[in-house]
Amino acid sequence: MNLTLHVWRQKNRNAEGGFVTYEARGISPDMSFLEMLDVINEGLILKGEEPIAFDHDCREGICGQCGVVINGHAHGPRKATTTCQLHMRSFNDGDELTLEPWRAGAFPVIKDLIVDRCAFDRVIAAGGFITAPTGTAPDGNAILVPKPAADRAMDAAACIGCGACVAACPNSSAMLFVAAKIAHLGYLPQGQPERERRALAMVARMDEEGFGTCTNHGECEAVCPKQIPIEFIARMNRDFAKAALFAPRDRTAADGG
Amino acid sequence: MSSAASTAAIAQSPAESSRLARILGSSIGQKFVMAATGIVLSAFIVGHMAGNLTVFKGAAAINAYGAALRRIPALLWGVRAVLLLSVLGHIWAYLALSVKSWRARPKGYKVTAYKEASFASRTMRWTGPILAAFIVYHLLHLTTGTVHPSFRAGDVYHNLVAGLRVTWVAVFYIVAMGCLALHVFHGVWSMFQSLGVSQPRYESFARRLATIFTIIVVGGFVIIPIAVLAGLLKVQ
Amino acid sequence: MEIKSNSPTGPIEQKWTRHRFEMKLVTPANKRKYTVIVVGSGLAGASAAATLAELGYQVKCYCYQDTPRRAHSIAAQGGINAAKNYQNDGDSVFRLFYDTVKGGDFRAREANVYRLAEVSVNIIDQCVAQGVPFAREYGGMLANRSFGGAQVSRTFYARGQTGQQLLLGAYQALERQIGAGQVAMFTRHEMQELIVIDGRARGIVTRDMISGKIESHVADAVVLATGGYGTVFYLATYAKGCNTTAIWRAYKKGAAFGNPCYTQIHPTCIPVTGEHQSKLTLMSESLRNDGRIWVPKKSGDARPPDQIPEDERDYYLERKYPSFGNLSPRDIASRAAKEVCDEGRGVGPGGRGVYLDFAEAIQRLGVEKIRERYGNLFEMYERITDENPYKVPMRIYPASHYTMGGLWVDYNLMSTIPGLFVLGEANFSDHGANRLGASALMQGLADGYFIVPYTLTNYLGSNKFEKIGADHAAFRSGESATAARMEKLLGINGQRTVDSFHRELGGIMWEYCGMARNEKGLQTALQKIPALREEFWKNVCVPGDGEEINQALEKAGRVADFLELGELMCLDALERRESCGGHFREEFQTEDGEALRDDQNFCHVAAWEFAGAGQKPVRHVESLAFENVHLATRSYK
Ligand SMILES: Cc1cc2nc3c(=O)[nH]c(=O)nc-3n(C[C@H](O)[C@H](O)[C@H](O)COP(=O)(O)OP(=O)(O)OC[C@H]3O[C@@H](n4cnc5c(N)ncnc54)[C@H](O)[C@@H]3O)c2cc1C
Ligand code: HEM
Ligand code: HEM
Ligand code: SF4
Ligand code: F3S
Ligand code: FES
Repeated sequence: MNLTLHVWRQKNRNAEGGFVTYEARGISPDMSFLEMLDVINEGLILKGEEPIAFDHDCREGICGQCGVVINGHAHGPRKATTTCQLHMRSFNDGDELTLEPWRAGAFPVIKDLIVDRCAFDRVIAAGGFITAPTGTAPDGNAILVPKPAADRAMDAAACIGCGACVAACPNSSAMLFVAAKIAHLGYLPQGQPERERRALAMVARMDEEGFGTCTNHGECEAVCPKQIPIEFIARMNRDFAKAALFAPRDRTAADGG
Repeated sequence: MSSAASTAAIAQSPAESSRLARILGSSIGQKFVMAATGIVLSAFIVGHMAGNLTVFKGAAAINAYGAALRRIPALLWGVRAVLLLSVLGHIWAYLALSVKSWRARPKGYKVTAYKEASFASRTMRWTGPILAAFIVYHLLHLTTGTVHPSFRAGDVYHNLVAGLRVTWVAVFYIVAMGCLALHVFHGVWSMFQSLGVSQPRYESFARRLATIFTIIVVGGFVIIPIAVLAGLLKVQ
Repeated sequence: MEIKSNSPTGPIEQKWTRHRFEMKLVTPANKRKYTVIVVGSGLAGASAAATLAELGYQVKCYCYQDTPRRAHSIAAQGGINAAKNYQNDGDSVFRLFYDTVKGGDFRAREANVYRLAEVSVNIIDQCVAQGVPFAREYGGMLANRSFGGAQVSRTFYARGQTGQQLLLGAYQALERQIGAGQVAMFTRHEMQELIVIDGRARGIVTRDMISGKIESHVADAVVLATGGYGTVFYLATYAKGCNTTAIWRAYKKGAAFGNPCYTQIHPTCIPVTGEHQSKLTLMSESLRNDGRIWVPKKSGDARPPDQIPEDERDYYLERKYPSFGNLSPRDIASRAAKEVCDEGRGVGPGGRGVYLDFAEAIQRLGVEKIRERYGNLFEMYERITDENPYKVPMRIYPASHYTMGGLWVDYNLMSTIPGLFVLGEANFSDHGANRLGASALMQGLADGYFIVPYTLTNYLGSNKFEKIGADHAAFRSGESATAARMEKLLGINGQRTVDSFHRELGGIMWEYCGMARNEKGLQTALQKIPALREEFWKNVCVPGDGEEINQALEKAGRVADFLELGELMCLDALERRESCGGHFREEFQTEDGEALRDDQNFCHVAAWEFAGAGQKPVRHVESLAFENVHLATRSYK
């Protein structure tokens, strides 16, 4: 099959970007979307042109490094699918595709389709963890975890940190990502001692990073490759409210905890 | 780059600020204000809609209702104060949240497409201000009478019917009610989500409530301008 | 070069406890005076960096992805072993130790393997405390499954995403230390050189993959946890970025390379569909618990599977290995698949595939049970192949999946360069010639959480370190060497892309140094690889410049190293004149085609020393003694 691609090209963080059109010829429906880009790039390289830069690593839908907005859809048209798992059979011969990077102030473009998502790491660093220094743990079965709680925690923990939720949200909100981490740790007994502090610290950091707010569009859930449900956002709001209103003050806050 | 994150340590404990400041300052706290004031406004329009319907029982009935509203000034002004605060709070939250979101995407997409976001949810930021404009006009129109062709203090029936007989005014009312429909259709569901009551987008109590609320309230409102246009309600 | 294992003496059960007591300590106040570099943020790297930081050392951590959470450990599906014996089915530290030594075909160091089994139990406790959502029973207890043909249920798992969950646990511990300012994290930084001063590892040179800057980083000790080198085969279950660069540069600075030819080819991967293929996807081994593997009896039988009657099917694993059947170890299952395909009985496009059939299991247990067990894997398969495994049998074929070989390390996980520690898949590891399922996650976390924090402290505590600045001559020359290398790659402007070279190298490796090897083939490969390498340096085309993100340049650097490593792998395979585990030399097999070990002459680790460009590397040996598990022929019949 043959396709026409309009691809966002941008030399670096500060450069002005623009769209460039490429023809993709003789594409096999069995190719993955990224393999289709590989083919185009091979051609560009042999012409001595710079290949299209795009992020990827595992190419099996688990590392969360890939991500392209295809005709306005983060990760493309297919439900519960990362860009790397998208296959060309999801498109038709002659299709025109517009390829854009994640667009959000908190995710600056650093080249072509590659953005900088370190804001997510900083949100995790602010509180997305359980303080359990190595060697201090009790036996794995010392604290029982009801199966439903473990399953729910796993649903939330399935997040791969790809950022598609931010890319797709009309408000560029990171609520789904943050809510998923808060829910993952919040469903487990081990996560309770830091539950309030985690919610406050992560939400504060999320705001500082300049993500947008949530008006409950639900677009994030729709594009999420791991189908993280927005119920978790409601849950985060609840946790935040409880913490903000009733949490006992943390006197040692000064020393960074 | 996250070596930047590493060079500066990150606050792992919430800063010591007053609880109120923490809530009003955060995007989630502002959602709470939005929702809380949304509840008040929603509750008001239910009652208001019901009161308006007395117009069909005739001039006497609705004028009596209007008079009743005014019997205890303290109560009247109390209600007005709450309403005013709610609208102001609602608008403040709207501005605070919207500014955050606009800042959050300096450069937009060339192609935009939606999988899930509804027309109602995407137009909240337009239906809201339109409602604000409507309220202002509406107060000048039927409460103070400033912009009313033949305002008679106390004669609610006359003011209403005479006021809405002017076609473009009636149309404006109807359009405004269309906006209200969209606004509460998303808003009332959204409220639950914002207040932390997890509710699936479909097949949930919140969704049904929002739908029914929209039909009843907006239906109850628009029927009046329509009735006037249709000549079912005449000036005596 | 001297290859000393430094295993403590005494009974195996007491070695680690005794050693821990005898090792030197560093007082809390002094810890902050030491800087430790950890290259890699996978299970091994992240757990080590977090733990070392918790202890109080200044840690610098590096990864090539945009965040530490994306290390390829994330892709591990099946699970992690631990000798908890929660199932009360007779498991024990000794049994896990025994199984691992036997599974590795008696080519691993007993003392290390025993220690691994010993700390395995602490790993589970640690991960649970961090919030890893392991599968649970209704009573709230941890659930287990039997994996990779083990006779006890000792595998802990989190759906089909065990590696992801374990890595997120380690990543969160790491981020906590980053937030606290104890760890400086450098993402999108690729290690280019190891810096050795006065015979000790004192730092690294990296390339900032965003700005192209070449930077020096000084430390008192360096830890490499950079993963496996299986992408040398081009098509592999590894991530595209997995590379050998870090350990290869260390090798060239004097770190011995252990058993480079030991690679694991995993039997259950989705077959290749065409030239464009850029990677292969693993289908978790757990599928073999219910799926039956078969091919047509007739060669060249083109009928669709459902039209091939039962008596014309060959369930070859069940036939050859009655007692283990479809659960026989990976090396055996993979080789068997290759054989039947070589006989022209393979299925699917290109005839390089065998059926993994669930029809019988679905009849026996019902679709629902199967969906509950393998739902996500079946979806993944359908997404890739567009075939519905509930209706038609899956097609699978072996693919490069793990490298048992890696930098040689002693009992303290220290390489032959003092101060250079190597963890996880990057070291030559505790798996001997074949790794059992669910044991690599265990090893990575054991190394990072529970072993290197002690042994590295011991090293720091027993040595004096003079201050060194990044302006030291050794760093300067490391930087210029790296810069020169980049210049060279950018300057060739040839006619072929990096990928085309990588594909060709992969083809050679797969053909001659893959599942079955023989002298003639290896000799051929040893001709072809240097020739290909020569062409690479004359004819590769790398557009763009070095001042910003340049993915072609990144690939080029990695492939250049693979082109050297491949040769060493073939050399090692050639010199190991026996068959053991994943290393199958056709000349050395029993009459019924099983691996034939030669314990007389090859019961040892081969540790290769770099002898300079163009020189044949020197093969040292560390002989292996088996005092607790007695040398025997593996039999899964
Ligand atoms: C598909 C798949 C499934 C698997 N399933 C299982 C399983 O079920 N059970 C099991 O026990 N094992 C499994 N394994 C094996 C296991 O996952 C790996 O062996 C293990 O996770 C390796 O961890 P690591 O920390 O050593 O390396 P990795 O996790 O690969 O981490 C390597 C790190 O080093 C960094 N790095 C690499 N090169 C450089 C460089 N030059 N400069 C800077 N940084 C660099 C990378 O950025 C990364 O952070 C599986 C492997 C694969 C591929
Ligand atoms: C077709 C729709 C509507 C009609 C016919 C209508 C009619 C009226 C009338 C007749 C009054 C005067 C009552 C009195 O003075 O006793 C009034 C007052 C008012 N209406 Fe409406 N209304 C409508 C919609 C709305 C809506 C949607 C809102 C809110 C968003 C609203 C807010 C108010 C307010 C705040 C007052 C002033 C009450 C007071 O005296 O404090 N109205 N309306
Ligand atoms: C009759 C008057 C009004 C009613 C009944 C009403 C009701 C509501 C409700 C129930 C919500 C949901 C709150 C939430 O999701 O948390 C909401 C949201 C919103 N309102 Fe209003 N509102 C009214 C007037 C206004 C006005 C005057 C504005 C703006 C000037 C406005 C702007 C918004 C916006 C932007 C939202 C979206 C916020 C969100 O969904 O999170 N509304 N409104
Ligand atoms: S919530 Fe979903 S979309 Fe958002 S980062 Fe996680 S996996 Fe990606
Ligand atoms: S799309 Fe955006 S508005 Fe909220 S529900 Fe998702 S974050
Ligand atoms: S490349 Fe890893 S998720 Fe797509």
